[in-house]
Amino acid sequence: MTKATETLMPEHTAAHDNLSHEHDDHEHHGAPKGLMRWVLTTNHKDIGTLYLWFAFIMFLVGGAMAMVIRAELFQPGLQIVDPNFFNQMTTVHGLIMVFGAVMPAFTGLANWLIPMMIGAPDMALPRMNNWSFWILPFAFSMLLGSLFMEGGGPAFGWTFYAPLSTTYSSDSTALFVFSVHIMGISSIMGAINVIVTIFNMRAPGMTWMKMPLFVWTWLITAFLLIAVMPVLAGAVTMVLTDKFFGTSFFDAAGGGDPVMFQHIFWFFGHPEVYIMILPAFGIISQIVPTFARKRLFGYASMVYATASIALLSFIVWAHHMFTTGMPVFAEMFFMFATMLISVPTGVKVFNWVATMWRGSMTFEIPMLFALAFIVLFTIGGLSGLMLAITPVDFQYHDTYFVVAHFHYVLVTGAVFSIMAAVYYWLPKWTGKMFNITLAKWHFWCSLISVNVLFFPMHFVGLAGMPRRIPDYSLQFADYNQWISIGGFAFGLSQLIFLVLVIKACRKEGEPVTSQVWEGAEGLEWEIPSPAPYHTFETPPKVK
Amino acid sequence: MKKLVSNALMVWGAMSVVTATSALAQTHSTSERAGELNLRQGVTDISGQVYDLHMLMFSICVAIAVVVFGAMFYSILKHRKSKGAKPAHFHENVKVEIAWTVIPFLILIFMAVPAAQTLIAMEDTSKPDMTVLVTGSQWKWHYQYMDSDVSFYSVMATQREQIENKFDKGENYLLEVDRPLVIPTNQKVRFLITSDDVIHSWWVPDFAVKKDANPGFINEAWTKVNEPGIYRGQCAELCGKDHGFMPVVVIAKTPDEYKTWMTEQEAIVKQAKEEEARLLAMSMSKEELMAVGEKVYNSTCAACHMPTGQGLPGVFPALKGSAMVLNDKQAHIDIVLNGKSGTAMQAFGKMLSLKEVAAVVTYERNAWGNNTGDVIQPKDVNAVANGN
Repeated sequence: MTKATETLMPEHTAAHDNLSHEHDDHEHHGAPKGLMRWVLTTNHKDIGTLYLWFAFIMFLVGGAMAMVIRAELFQPGLQIVDPNFFNQMTTVHGLIMVFGAVMPAFTGLANWLIPMMIGAPDMALPRMNNWSFWILPFAFSMLLGSLFMEGGGPAFGWTFYAPLSTTYSSDSTALFVFSVHIMGISSIMGAINVIVTIFNMRAPGMTWMKMPLFVWTWLITAFLLIAVMPVLAGAVTMVLTDKFFGTSFFDAAGGGDPVMFQHIFWFFGHPEVYIMILPAFGIISQIVPTFARKRLFGYASMVYATASIALLSFIVWAHHMFTTGMPVFAEMFFMFATMLISVPTGVKVFNWVATMWRGSMTFEIPMLFALAFIVLFTIGGLSGLMLAITPVDFQYHDTYFVVAHFHYVLVTGAVFSIMAAVYYWLPKWTGKMFNITLAKWHFWCSLISVNVLFFPMHFVGLAGMPRRIPDYSLQFADYNQWISIGGFAFGLSQLIFLVLVIKACRKEGEPVTSQVWEGAEGLEWEIPSPAPYHTFETPPKVK
Repeated sequence: MKKLVSNALMVWGAMSVVTATSALAQTHSTSERAGELNLRQGVTDISGQVYDLHMLMFSICVAIAVVVFGAMFYSILKHRKSKGAKPAHFHENVKVEIAWTVIPFLILIFMAVPAAQTLIAMEDTSKPDMTVLVTGSQWKWHYQYMDSDVSFYSVMATQREQIENKFDKGENYLLEVDRPLVIPTNQKVRFLITSDDVIHSWWVPDFAVKKDANPGFINEAWTKVNEPGIYRGQCAELCGKDHGFMPVVVIAKTPDEYKTWMTEQEAIVKQAKEEEARLLAMSMSKEELMAVGEKVYNSTCAACHMPTGQGLPGVFPALKGSAMVLNDKQAHIDIVLNGKSGTAMQAFGKMLSLKEVAAVVTYERNAWGNNTGDVIQPKDVNAVANGN
């Protein structure tokens, strides 16, 4: 137990004793009613719910943009949108999915789960928690609003390479820059909250190496966020001043360098990739042992592997830039460092398989998503290993092979893990079992369509189709049709999920026990279902 | 059992939705050429090595996947509760954990060695037989042969009507240009690659050459083509609106044929220079200027300023009704020749001949109801170009 916890806890119990009357009152009230509950809330569960709903809405908005992209690419030729709008769609789709869907969803899960997993009454900084959520809708309104400006929204890809994003962009770039600033501030505040909570508010006996892996992976993710979000803020600020105030950070004519932009961006961007996958590793490490009814294999090595992935993520950024013309020794350094990441990532996959080995498995919905994650994320990881090999990357780079790779790790990786997490903890949140038939439809439709969507992208990529093009030559026509059909099917499948979640929020379904899943272990399964509005006001004792 | 059946039913249901819709799509599929599933071996020693590396990596990855997924699915089938499996109690094993850290590391070294060798060979641009300067700009390539006067722009040749689905699409839809780059086979050709505006990326898959064109910096790449032929590629780095319409076409000729071609080109350059001098001394008719101007406008200017001259509001300014186009001749000629720094407007002086600039400025001042009646002659353009 840390010093900070020791000083915090007695005060808390004292308060509980002296003011027990008021306190009880408070508990009886539960959640306040009406809209202002959500606007003013400082409750980690409410804020978690807000984050998750926001992420879901953004997932549907970003998904709708993907549908526009796939509709245009259904056949060769320009049918539906003009190339400029197509570029806006690919750009905003990427930004929304990364910053609006995946990251807020993980923050929502962190809010709901970290206090319940470590036996804390709430997040350490509840008002900042409210603020870090409520600035997000403004950021995304601004970003989406820019699409309706004269000249359109950002059209330079989510990676906003200069000088396409500076000299050659439309004036809405200013809105893009400010909305990214706000997203960054929100992420940093969320990360600070996670770190402070985990350091100071663990229940007595919850030592570092007893923390659930979801808590561990989020702690490491939070450090990554604090390290790299300011770098992103710096990059967008330089874009802003290059475009509007005459600086030349990225303009050779004024002594700058456009490739420097890419170094700065990817110094943020690569750790960002792990920000979007480490919490997923945590989720899978919670779910697999539950449904295998067997302790997680190699807990300590999981923690060390997560930490090594995080550290390595800072020295591999230039593998996104092999074609920019780096010295051959830099190329080799970044190739070797990138290959190294597959070692700790491999350890994780092996550990999950070893956890299942000689377990007693059942295949409830969260487990189905977790198993799909392990297989499909590993496919994405293996294509990542292929991409690390510099000479071959020259061929793969900026083709659909890359698009296939990062959608396997982000959609069937990060997004599937989020869905697994929602199915796993939803009964705890609502107290009712979700509609299992709908959930099965959602799983099987998603699993099949997502592979029809992304698997053929490997082939068109290898055959030479560049990414971010609104039209393509005829040899890619058949596969693109398949891809688009998979895309529409995957998009529609998510509406099943929407219906399921709405039904769950309306508390339909059979009541569940506090443990919910046979084989679930951890503090969050010891409190009643649904989880009361306030939990662990008296810290539990962890054996 | 009932559960299993309902699961199977669900899988079948989901699959049939996908197959039904795709069967529907197959009936009006546009292309028969679905055979290309893999990276191509290409036509250079390097591209062959890259292909071998790719296949090596791919095989290793498949092998790893088979082992890992094999163990996982074995476990899923055998170690399930419904089959009465009782959970074991082990949860760590130092020896196993060291093994699966060290073995992948050894596999990585096995991969890294050939990869590094190929990489070093690819980046060795020394001792070339000839050099071509490749310059990207929105949205075309410019090729300049460093040992001669020959240089030209290479613009996509696919008609707008094909893209807009008004005409049938040709065999090389989006992969054809007006003037391909021509290089000799069996010679080491070095490419110096740069850009006039945003970042582009020059890519010919059959050579395994992909290198970014960075404005203000020069990158190097090289190739040595083994077989004569026509090789097609595309710009690989998002470079704005028409990024998808910026193909690369390279024709590799035998050294003898290449020499003949080069001699012809040099003669054409010489002729063009003489023609230019002749034009300065005479005047062209408005009709002729308008006819040439319309052609130049549609191939060079219309991508941004649109065929209607109305531009894209907020991104590319309109020429129809523009104050500069209606009034200031000098400034109009100047901006076409020299571009406008800090914007996407390029300097077209080095791309277009005096006659073409004169024609396009005349066209812009008289098309779409601009009706200024102005006629700009090559000598007017020459005067602005020389700062008079």
